[in-house]
Amino acid sequence: MNINATLLAQLIMFAMFVWFCMKFVWTPIVAALDARKKQIADGLADAERAKHDLELASKRSAEILREAKEKAGDIVSNGEKRATEIVEEAKANAKVEGDRIIAGAKAEIDQEVFRAKEQLRTQVSAIALAGAGKILGREIDAKAHNDLLDKLVAEI
Amino acid sequence: MSSEMAGAEIAGVAHEAAHTSGDYIKHHLQNLTYGQLPDGTWGVAHSAEEAKAMGFWALNLDTLIMSFLLGAVFMFMFYRAAKTASAGVPNCLQNFCEWALEFIDNSVRGSFTGKNAMIGPLALTIFFWVFSMNLMDLIPIDWVPGLMAMMGVPFFKVVPSTDPNATFGMAIGVFALVLYYSVKMKGLGGFMGELTLQPFGKWGMPVNFLLEGVNLIAKPISLALRLFGNMYAGEMIFILIALMGGAWAGFTMSGVTLFGSQILLSLGWAIFHILIVTLQAFIFMTLTVVYLDMAHQEHH
Repeated sequence: MNINATLLAQLIMFAMFVWFCMKFVWTPIVAALDARKKQIADGLADAERAKHDLELASKRSAEILREAKEKAGDIVSNGEKRATEIVEEAKANAKVEGDRIIAGAKAEIDQEVFRAKEQLRTQVSAIALAGAGKILGREIDAKAHNDLLDKLVAEI
Repeated sequence: MSSEMAGAEIAGVAHEAAHTSGDYIKHHLQNLTYGQLPDGTWGVAHSAEEAKAMGFWALNLDTLIMSFLLGAVFMFMFYRAAKTASAGVPNCLQNFCEWALEFIDNSVRGSFTGKNAMIGPLALTIFFWVFSMNLMDLIPIDWVPGLMAMMGVPFFKVVPSTDPNATFGMAIGVFALVLYYSVKMKGLGGFMGELTLQPFGKWGMPVNFLLEGVNLIAKPISLALRLFGNMYAGEMIFILIALMGGAWAGFTMSGVTLFGSQILLSLGWAIFHILIVTLQAFIFMTLTVVYLDMAHQEHH
C-alpha cells in the first residue's frame, strides 16, 4: 500500500485508454448512432410524406371519379338530346321534302292541266275556224280575225 | 464461498508465516511489488517490509497487470463494436456498446454544459475501467491469490482500485485535465484570478488563495480517496468475512456456525457490493465530468 511509481504507470495507462477510446471507440460509434438517427428520421419523414401523398391521391382519385361520372352523365344526356334532335330534324326534313314533292307534283299537274287546256283551246279554235270556214264557205283570214279568234279562245 | 480456498491459502502460506488472522489480512492487503531489493538486485518483494524499503521507484505488478487487462478487455470489446458500427440493424454486442455509450453520453450531457469532444470518451473510459476494476472485488478473495501462490507468486491483489496508486493515478490525470482546461478556457490570468480574488476580494488575497487552493487540491484527493476508501473497506470486509470460515476446525458447534455465517455474510455483502461497485464507478465518472465542467465555466 505504498505510493510508488505505479502511480505514474497508471496515469500513462489511463491517458492511453482515454486516447484509444476517443479515437477508435467513441467517434465511430457516435457517427453510427448519428447516421442511424438520421436514417430513422428520414424514414419517418418519408412515411409521413407517403401518407400525406396517399391522402391527396385518394382525394384526387375520388375527384376524378366524380368528374368522370359527371362527364359520363353529361355525355349520355347530350347523346339523348342529340338523338331526339336528329329525329326531330329528320322529321322536319322529311316533312319539308314531302311538302316539296307534293308542291312539285301539284305544279306539274297544274302545268299538265294548263298544257292540256291550251292544246284543247287551240284544237277547239282550229275546229271552230274550220267549222266557221265551212259555214261561211270561204276561208277566214286568220290574220284579220286573229283578235276575234283570240277572244274566242279566251272564252272557251 | 471462499472458505475452502481460504483454508488452502492458509495452508499454502503456512510454510513461510504463521497463519494467524493478522497475517492473513496483511497478506491480502499486500501488493506484488517489483523494485530494488535490499541486496541491490531488482526483483519482487517477498514481504511488506521489503516492499516498503523499495521506496518510490517500484511497481505494483498486480495492480498494473489487472488494470491493463481489464482496460484492454473492455476497450477491445468496444473497439470490435465500433469497427462494425453502422447505421443498419445493430448486433448484440454493438447494441450493448451503443446503449452504454448513450447512457454515458446522456449523463455527461446532464452535467457538462460546455463543448468538448474529449469529455465523452473520458467518461466512458473512466466508468467502464473503474467499474471493471471494482468488479474484481466480487471474485472470491482467495481464488486468484491462491492460484498465484500455487505458481509461486507471493502476493496478488486482484482489485486494482484498492491500490491508492491506481486511484491517485487516475485522479491526477483528471486533475491535470482540470488545470489544463482551466488555463485554456479562462487564460492563466483568469485562472489565477479565480484562485486569488474570491471570495474576499483583492485585499484578502492570501486567504483567498489558501481557501481556493485547498478547494482545488481537494478535488483529485477526494476523487482518489473516495474510490480507494470504498473499495478498500469493501475488500477488508470480505477478508474479515473470509476469516470466519478460516477458523474451521472440525464439526464443532462454533465451527459450523462460523462457516454458515461466512456463506450468508459474504453472499449478502457481495450483493450489496454490486451496488457499491457500480455507484463508485458512476461517482468517479460524474465528479470528473463536474470538475471539468467547472474548469470550463467562467465565473466572472
